[in-house]
Amino acid sequence: MTGTIQHRDTFLENIAQQLGRSPITELPHPTWQYQPQNRVLKDATKDELLEVFIKQCANIHTNIVISDRTKLAHDLQSVVDHYGGKSVITWKDDRFQVYGLSELMTEKWPQANIQLYEWNTQQPEENIRQAEKANIGITISEMTLAESGTAVLFSSKNQGRSVSFLPEKSIILIPKSTIVPRMTQAARWIREKIRNGEKIPSCINFITGPSNSADIEMILIVGVHGPIQATYIVIEDC
Amino acid sequence: MSMKTSNDRFHDRVTKELENQFMRGAVSSAQDRFQTRRLQQAQELGHWEEWRSHGEEIRKHVLENLDYYLYQLSENVAKRGGHVFFAQTAQEATAYIQGIAKKKNAAKIVKSKSMVTEEINLNAALEELGCEVIETDLGEYILQVADHEPPSHIVAPALHKNKEQIRDVFKDKQGYTQTEKPEELALYVREKLRHEYLTADIGITGCNFAIAESGSITLVTNEGNADLVTALPKTQVTVMGMERIVPTFEEMEVLVSLLTRSAVGQKLTSYITTLTGIKDEGDTDGPEEFHLVIVDNGRSSILGGEFQPILQCIRCAACVNACPVYRHVGGHTYGSIYSGPVGVVLSPLLGGYDDFKELPYASTLCGACTDACPVKIPLHQLIHRHRQVIVEQEGKAPVSEKLLMKAFGLGASSPTLYKMATKMAAPAMSPFTKNHTISNGPGPLKAWTEARDFPAPNKNSFRDWMKNRTKGDEQT
Repeated sequence: MTGTIQHRDTFLENIAQQLGRSPITELPHPTWQYQPQNRVLKDATKDELLEVFIKQCANIHTNIVISDRTKLAHDLQSVVDHYGGKSVITWKDDRFQVYGLSELMTEKWPQANIQLYEWNTQQPEENIRQAEKANIGITISEMTLAESGTAVLFSSKNQGRSVSFLPEKSIILIPKSTIVPRMTQAARWIREKIRNGEKIPSCINFITGPSNSADIEMILIVGVHGPIQATYIVIEDC
Repeated sequence: MSMKTSNDRFHDRVTKELENQFMRGAVSSAQDRFQTRRLQQAQELGHWEEWRSHGEEIRKHVLENLDYYLYQLSENVAKRGGHVFFAQTAQEATAYIQGIAKKKNAAKIVKSKSMVTEEINLNAALEELGCEVIETDLGEYILQVADHEPPSHIVAPALHKNKEQIRDVFKDKQGYTQTEKPEELALYVREKLRHEYLTADIGITGCNFAIAESGSITLVTNEGNADLVTALPKTQVTVMGMERIVPTFEEMEVLVSLLTRSAVGQKLTSYITTLTGIKDEGDTDGPEEFHLVIVDNGRSSILGGEFQPILQCIRCAACVNACPVYRHVGGHTYGSIYSGPVGVVLSPLLGGYDDFKELPYASTLCGACTDACPVKIPLHQLIHRHRQVIVEQEGKAPVSEKLLMKAFGLGASSPTLYKMATKMAAPAMSPFTKNHTISNGPGPLKAWTEARDFPAPNKNSFRDWMKNRTKGDEQT
């Protein structure tokens, strides 16, 4: 469905008139004189980027666990235990199976009385209800920014937005192969999709640690409207 | 709240705020912390001047081609199922949003922080319809519960209140029973607002940067409130000042990097979110209906003129944090939701000189704001230009300055009078002089010396000194 556009012509004509010309209808993407963003962590290897990423986690109040496929289930279990277990909500995502987490999630958790809810496109209201009461939400980063310690999440019918910000604790899986220097690379990647005519997700989250605020006397409070605690689990996959 | 936040006289506001000891302490320590963090981040990033120049070139380019980018944005928003409304005035914007609220029979509306909605007085327009409007940014929520107090800082709106005052606000208005610990206050608000997000009919946001090429809007927060405001209610309304736009994701990224460092000294804030249109097919959270309201409200008349650079502003408040005048008088003195140097330049342009003619004089023209600005707005030059316009064209210079200038003009144009005045100055001031300074001067000196000392006039006038000196030279 295409949306409506109201009062555009007069509005834009007025702007053009103020600028002393007629409205512009064609404009190539500009070539910029400065491009300082290209220099940041320019020749860093994946290992060096991971080091930067780990360091940055200390600044953003986020726990970090370095894991690999052989011990991922074990490491995830430890974090879930540390967060008090109870209830977990996840995306519906094949990657959990690829990472060897199926047994843990569908067999071990029910036995240990940890409730698992998987996002279900058929149950809009139940999704929100479950996300709201879940203790822990688990998501996966599409691209990971070393400089800022940021995970990039894409929404879709199986990847609900609420999974990363309604539960009190957030666990984000970070495949090491997704680590890039900074937001520049993510922006270019997304722009590439747009130029290729791909439809980008309706919501892209650049998440850097748990929610926080310094609105009261400039004192940092970690945990406001979104998660109160966050853990990144890096999966060594490259 | 509209842009104007006070009907008191400017000088009365200054006097009142100068006496507010907590506010002054809070502001100076906040300024120091914000500044230190900003400088640390700039240093760590490296090549900061180049970053600023890049920010500047992006913002300049966008303003010069604003009609093109707004066209592209609106096309792409519509393609993704969003409705776009171009509002020339504040009234057009609020009337349109009132229309949405009526159509949706909205009882409850949640909002994330937005300066432009304050500027167009949106909350009052919605409350008129009987809607309950709830601010969700922690600072804004505190001010709203405190009987709609105006914000005193663009980034930290409740900076002027201490935690005990905040506790008392919640205690008096909502029966809060816990302590003044910030964590407890925040948890209380978290619980309280959770319910509101889940039951709201409409979510309203501002817009840090719209992206023309994809029809997206970018929201920057630390609290995550904008994400809940846009994920949970079925209808989303985003209000943007028409200049808050970039060509593509690539430029958005650069400006976000500048914004988060300059505003709060973070590499990125906890939540940077780009939202494109309505939710996708099969999505179970996100809005079913999306409206983007693009607001002019006086901005287009700034375009093409000498004040155009102020539209480069990305609302980081680095200038506010660098300003020595703001440090002493705080945000409320400006009488505008836009305080500090950016407020000094912007408020008279959007709200007129009648209400804001004193603001350009609330500056030392030291240029600290210009140095701090991540997109290189020549703020102190624009402030100076305001003064020129006020004197030249508007004839609205504050009275004391006019009198002073008149007296100086008269005195300086007559050699006899000037001579007499300079000679008379020292004896005339002697009752007020101690250790070569005047600390409690009369007449026009009163306002000056209330806050600082004025050097006492020399007993020898320059002309007398020159005469004697020449004589001395001739003798050797």
